[in-house]
Amino acid sequence: MPNQGAWVRTRNYVFWIIGLLIVGIAIGVQLITKPPEIAPFDLLPPLIRGLATTIQLAVGGTLLALVVALVAGIGRASKNRLIRTVTGIYVEVFRGSSVLVQMFWIFFVLPLPPFNIELSALQAGILALGLNVGAYGAEVVRGAVQAIDRGQIEASVALNMSPGLMMRRVIIPQATVRMLPPLGNLMIELLKATSLASLITLSDVTFQAASLRQTVGRIPEVFGLLLVIYFFLAFPLTLGVRWLESRRQWA
Amino acid sequence: MHANHSQGSTTDPIVRFEKVTKAFGELTVLRELNFEVGPQEKITIVGPSGSGKTTILRVLMTLEEPNDGVIYVDGEPLWHEEKNGKLVKASEKHLRKVRGKIGMVFQHFNLFPHMTALRNVTEAPVHVLKMPKGDAEERAKMLLDQVGLGDKMEHYPAQLSGGQKQRVAIARALAMRPKVMLFDEVTSALDPELVGEVLNVIRELAEEGDMAMLLVTHEMGFAREVSDRVVFFDKGQVVEQGPPADIFDNPQSERTKAFFSAVLRH
Amino acid sequence: MLGWDWQFTLEILPRLLGGLVVTIEATITGFIIAIILGLFLALGRRSENQWIAQPIGAFVEFIRSTPLLVQLFFFFFVLPRYGLRLPAFVVGTIALGLHYGTYTSEVYRAGIDAIERGQWEAATALNFSPLRVWTGIILPQAIPPMIPALGNYLIGMFKESAQLLAITVTELMLTARVIGTETFRFLEPITMAGLLYFLLSYPSALIVQRLEARYARKS
Repeated sequence: MPNQGAWVRTRNYVFWIIGLLIVGIAIGVQLITKPPEIAPFDLLPPLIRGLATTIQLAVGGTLLALVVALVAGIGRASKNRLIRTVTGIYVEVFRGSSVLVQMFWIFFVLPLPPFNIELSALQAGILALGLNVGAYGAEVVRGAVQAIDRGQIEASVALNMSPGLMMRRVIIPQATVRMLPPLGNLMIELLKATSLASLITLSDVTFQAASLRQTVGRIPEVFGLLLVIYFFLAFPLTLGVRWLESRRQWA
Repeated sequence: MHANHSQGSTTDPIVRFEKVTKAFGELTVLRELNFEVGPQEKITIVGPSGSGKTTILRVLMTLEEPNDGVIYVDGEPLWHEEKNGKLVKASEKHLRKVRGKIGMVFQHFNLFPHMTALRNVTEAPVHVLKMPKGDAEERAKMLLDQVGLGDKMEHYPAQLSGGQKQRVAIARALAMRPKVMLFDEVTSALDPELVGEVLNVIRELAEEGDMAMLLVTHEMGFAREVSDRVVFFDKGQVVEQGPPADIFDNPQSERTKAFFSAVLRH
Repeated sequence: MLGWDWQFTLEILPRLLGGLVVTIEATITGFIIAIILGLFLALGRRSENQWIAQPIGAFVEFIRSTPLLVQLFFFFFVLPRYGLRLPAFVVGTIALGLHYGTYTSEVYRAGIDAIERGQWEAATALNFSPLRVWTGIILPQAIPPMIPALGNYLIGMFKESAQLLAITVTELMLTARVIGTETFRFLEPITMAGLLYFLLSYPSALIVQRLEARYARKS
């Protein structure tokens, strides 16, 4: 039976993740029920309010990015030249500048003529995050689909499967496993990038911290806490992705 | 047109190649090939590498498209269809209809790694033949028993040896009830001690006599045992063909003689 | 094009290019910091002394799990409290270099780990000094495959340098936004800024892709 070590490592990851989650939830519950008076934790309630927005951004952005990545990724792998080119243009354009630039463009330029599309800061943030990370995700999806062994396709043809059936039952299941770790990493990047929405006036947790700085001062505590909050969000996800990577069975 | 040496059958051939040409860029691999397979005939194709023998199988399995010529399977054209008395390029629907009569086993098995042995064998019958899952599973179990893997049904390909994987692959192809089974160098990728178990399964299939079988192999001894006809193929053409005894013991052509003496040298 | 003022675009172009120069300066300075710092972090993490390896490892994980923007804020607002009043540009490039230094340290670690054990053993058997083992055997083999990854991070830093606007560094994006708030015309400056980022990063990405292909073929 291979790899007893893998089981031990997995167990460690799981302990870490559960540990962090428990600590995080315990703290959160404590704060909601009884706002503490001791510094620096008295700063937490206003920050937690911003956290709800951060999570909305993260979840919304991730969902949009996943959809876009699947559609564009399969398009990039398509036999149809037009589809390949159009999705290729989308991917290169959105990878060609940073999320911040795209957020600014969506928030400041889109409301103007000739587009006249006015979006709230939250919508702009989710859209920018989704489209940007979706472009990177598309390349991950494309890579995973194209990495499928040719023999799988030939076997499917030999069994007289239709192209749709082959995609659904043979290619996508195998590609999905390959895709998960890189997509997981992209999701963590997206989570960190939600902080940029504070620059388009969205009251996420970073924005709350910045305004606390102006009202209360106490800068090291405010930004220190902010860093810790992001760490507690991102690091368990990082461990989760590493666990996924270690579990790849039939690579 | 070469004479059909098959035993006893006077019915129409199950596979007929008519002036089939296939080129890969500059390299012409099949030259106006005319070839027939009887409905229950077991044919082995031998020849030097690069001679095009695998291409014959691949073109028949619709993995490669011929540049010219017509292939008939069970009386119907494969890559073409008849419209108003003329032959036009086949629609996807027609291609899939005819293709269903051919099955293939590959050199590198090509099992679906994310499915158990049982599911590998039931997947196509359920989704392509629309067989009810229960029936498909029963039949799959029977086939896996037949190839000697009844106890490995719930195993994944990664847990099986090369010989076991290839036997699952054979069961998987059989589950689709093809009229013609193609075997593309199915033991070439196996460790020597695993070759026998696969050849045993193929030998049993040949003895049952149901379907036509087309094998490309380097296993000369096996070819002699199992075949009704041996075809020596070189440079895109049939050089010589006939019953195993004729070809192996008494080759007529110089090229055939040269090939066998080179092969026998080791 | 509807609403696009070409005259205006030409007027603001010099200013935007000035911002681009600052962006490039920040990127290159930050990159130099990142590749040097990254090497130290990588070596530290690989140290056999756990008192060095673990804290450095924790530090790297912490930086990587938190956003660059927040780190920028932290350094910009916190450092003055401890007497360090540095110009925004300096703070920005240090934070940028630190953040990406953690990423480059992972590239170094992966690259060094990728060298077969046999190389280490052969070098030891031939009685090379530890320094020679590194400089003569390990690094020459480890570094070439790392170059595409480092190149990608350079391009990433170029794009993410836009975040420096949050601490008032007058790079390209801040310049574009200021033009917008001054003239109430956002369309041209922000679009042109995006275009400038694209015009520099896309060809660079193609070059890195080609480098990657070359190294993949060699192995």
